[in-house]
Amino acid sequence: MRNLINIMDLSAEEIDELIKLANDIIKSPDRYNEACRHKILATLFFEPSTRTRLSFESAMLSLGGSVLGFSEANSSSAAKGESVADTIEVVSGYADIIAMRHPKEGAPIVASSHTSVPIINAGDGGHFHPTQTLTDLMTIYHEKGGFENLTIGLCGDLKFGRTVHSLIGAMSRYKGVKFVLISPEELKLPSFVKQEYIKDKGIEYSQCTSLEDVIGDLDILYMTRVQRERFFNEEDYLRLKDSYILTADKLKSAGESLSILHPLPRVNEISTEIDNDPRACYFRQAHFGRYIRMALIMKLLEVSA
Amino acid sequence: MKIDSIKNGIVIDHIEAGLGMQLYKLLGLDDLDCSVAIIKNASSRKLGKKDIIKIDSDIPVSFDVIGFIDPGATVNIIKDGRLAEKLSIPMPERLINVVKCKNPRCITSTEQDIDHIFKLASQSQKLYRCIYCDAKL
Repeated sequence: MRNLINIMDLSAEEIDELIKLANDIIKSPDRYNEACRHKILATLFFEPSTRTRLSFESAMLSLGGSVLGFSEANSSSAAKGESVADTIEVVSGYADIIAMRHPKEGAPIVASSHTSVPIINAGDGGHFHPTQTLTDLMTIYHEKGGFENLTIGLCGDLKFGRTVHSLIGAMSRYKGVKFVLISPEELKLPSFVKQEYIKDKGIEYSQCTSLEDVIGDLDILYMTRVQRERFFNEEDYLRLKDSYILTADKLKSAGESLSILHPLPRVNEISTEIDNDPRACYFRQAHFGRYIRMALIMKLLEVSA
Repeated sequence: MKIDSIKNGIVIDHIEAGLGMQLYKLLGLDDLDCSVAIIKNASSRKLGKKDIIKIDSDIPVSFDVIGFIDPGATVNIIKDGRLAEKLSIPMPERLINVVKCKNPRCITSTEQDIDHIFKLASQSQKLYRCIYCDAKL
């Protein structure tokens, strides 16, 4: 039995296989619509989410399986003070696979040590979000045809942006990748991510505070939202929330082949005026999330079409 | 300064000067009934100054704690007034329930009855990280 806690739990080869399977599901969905018949996915969302939870549920339903779960901690026994360990012990008796989101970092590690069913980390605080990374990788693969020799700009909240940490980890395994880290001083990439995935691997990178200065150098621009829920102090949030807003004007300096990704939801960091620009990939990206999660569920449940 | 020699017990020697009290606290030596001596800033040919802890009882001590606080320290096991064994203590790969994670976003801040575990991330930097949230110790 395997879990997916951190994107680095999957090898580059396994990621390739998942993308291949997801592509096949897109091509021939009917072949897979019974793949998880009689299997149950529990979606345990101790923290609100729309996209991730719905894409997991859509993925399982598309595979012929069933779903159960809760969408916020208040509607679960966590509100009564139940531990993650106890919740997981109980739910393990009701489901074949569990996707969980929790505001505390490392909660899925605790969960995985209290169950024999596969655990998928659907986001743990500001830590990791590996299924978003699989979605991001599938989008990059579709846009660029592969992962090597790409200059990737990551912009916005690089400190608490868990999707950023996971994406850097995953992309650090490919040849010729360069990172451009664009953030305000207070939201810089945590040292553990920079050390482990960039410095230790000798990967070229630069850090700056101005998006305009570097946008012309990028193959991929990964925008993120400054997340209110990650701040203990409202004043800090208000000061930093409008640090980067991508507008049609700023996009004039970008190359024609740039691909703009965003894990969504956005607030105002990407102006809606660029939604119809062919370089804007974020809605296509969200749709890929369903198929790559279908592939992941199949892999962890060890089922085939 | 004269400290009585011990008959059966442990001498933790070559502790970096200034780390003796920290080691004393983390080893829980405050709770012992036997004689315990801390010698601070003793002269040392190797270190210039060093701390020493002498425990006048054959009790088990956590080598993980010693290796974590000062991997340069040596442990001398004394039996019948003689040196029975001299041990160098490496930095432990994992620290279990020695220290707590200080990251308020870590699951260890709310989950009951959970082991606080850190893994050695870099020996050269003496760096440990929480296995749950990756925060530095």
